[in-house]
Amino acid sequence: MKSALPIASVVVAILAIWYVAAALLNADLQRDLFANSGRTAYSTQDLIEGSLNMERPKLPAPHQVAAELYKLVLLTPPTSKRSLVYHGAITLEETVIGWIIGSALGVGLAVLIVSMRWLDRSMMPWIVASQTVPIIALAPMIVVILNQFNITGIAPKAVIAAYLSFFPVTVGMVKGFRSPEPLQLDLMRTYSATRAQTFLKLRAPASAPFFFASMKVAVAAALVGAVVAEVTKSEDGGLGARLLAGSYYGQTVQIWAALLTAAALSAALVGLVGLVARLTQRRMAFTS
Amino acid sequence: MDASAAQKLMPESGGKASAPEATIEVKGLSLSFDTADGPVQALSNVDLRIARGEFVSFIGPSGCGKTTLLRAVADLETPTAGSIRVNGLSPGEARASRAYGYVFQAPALYPWRTVARNIALPLEIMGVPRKERDARVEKGLELVNLAGFGAKYPWQLSGGMQQRASIARALSFDPDLLLMDEPFGALDEIVRDMLNQQLLSLWDVTGKTVLFVTHSIPEAVFLSTRIVVMSPRPGRVYDVIDCDFPRDRQLEIRETPEFLAIANRVRQGLREGHSYDG
Repeated sequence: MKSALPIASVVVAILAIWYVAAALLNADLQRDLFANSGRTAYSTQDLIEGSLNMERPKLPAPHQVAAELYKLVLLTPPTSKRSLVYHGAITLEETVIGWIIGSALGVGLAVLIVSMRWLDRSMMPWIVASQTVPIIALAPMIVVILNQFNITGIAPKAVIAAYLSFFPVTVGMVKGFRSPEPLQLDLMRTYSATRAQTFLKLRAPASAPFFFASMKVAVAAALVGAVVAEVTKSEDGGLGARLLAGSYYGQTVQIWAALLTAAALSAALVGLVGLVARLTQRRMAFTS
Repeated sequence: MDASAAQKLMPESGGKASAPEATIEVKGLSLSFDTADGPVQALSNVDLRIARGEFVSFIGPSGCGKTTLLRAVADLETPTAGSIRVNGLSPGEARASRAYGYVFQAPALYPWRTVARNIALPLEIMGVPRKERDARVEKGLELVNLAGFGAKYPWQLSGGMQQRASIARALSFDPDLLLMDEPFGALDEIVRDMLNQQLLSLWDVTGKTVLFVTHSIPEAVFLSTRIVVMSPRPGRVYDVIDCDFPRDRQLEIRETPEFLAIANRVRQGLREGHSYDG
């Protein structure tokens, strides 16, 4: 309960800034609307009220987004193509599949890099380079290439999600596998332990905290990848497709509703990983 | 440590003390490290013979190479020149034949393993079957007075208990040799006195050969059959002092004139060998 007050203060502050920003950004648009309808006499209060309740504002006010979310999440049946639950489920599926593929790939690469020193130097630059290419440029290529092999539907989008999520896992796990102290490694040497034994009995368990930290970053990255992929390939739906549709028709309220849904989904996934991490690490006795 | 219990539990190792042949033979040993500031001579022309069942302490200021010497015997460092034989084998072969248990300055227990599973770690690596592993862990816990603490995690134990667990771990596979690198350096005086006495009875019961690195003069004199005084820059043996108190010595011997005379000789050796011009 001690943390409730700071959290509430931050939420209030964000909402306040959001309202002020919305009023300022939309005021010009609202003035034009008043002018077009021939209304010349209006108070500042009228202007602010109008700015916060426009149909197509530059920045929708929080209560507009909340109303939209209420409508699209709770009132619309989840089977409808307008429902954010429907689209969120699509994004969730791609994210989770991409995250699993990416994590497996990331851990695998880290194992290779740690067990073969020459791979560190020869492979790491490529791994880093892979992440310097903007995913928005790469995503259409991946879709087109995979289409050549008749890989369509959810798979190419999961691949794009995996592409973004393997990197933090590789970097984190390389660090994790190398985290044992020199003394702990010397100990293994005094037993003449094989490299595989040292890996299984020391490096792998020692990397557990790094594993969960990597997983958190990876799941958030996978969601970004999935949304970008949906913007590229929007015919199958998903939150990214809703973003694209919203921007086509200037439906800013719809864009923000989809955006907040994606953020909530990401936060929920990260929170879930955090929970599993806490339970596991308590079991492994890393913490009291 | 419960001497009578340990004697019953480890009868096969009790008799090894009688054979007087050299367990460790060091000849003309030199070892230098390459550092950013050029090579550093950690050990220079060290000769040493240690017989089976001896308790030999290495004492000297920082940089005298006492830890390096121990690590070279354990095949954790590679000598630049000279030879080391352990049980007639090279250090590498001795390590592969599991000739020694090593106790580090820090307990180096794995935090995700219980005390029992930490002690079982070398046995797991050496492929000892589960049932025998459990039996040996039980013995080990009794040997270091930690019976009943097997299910605890390292962080639930005091520093002294952690170091005792690490001694049990080093002894779990019953090696001939116990190499100890300032094992009690981080502990307070009272705990240290107690552990010294326990270590001594452990040595008496098991008949292991012990190589023991320390900073403390009373600790070295109290524990050892021989004290090797080392001096730095380059690391070398300055003096070797015999110390023949009875094996079951008590802490009270530290007040006797004989004890003080040896302690004085060690102190003098340290002073003469220690150049502060560095």
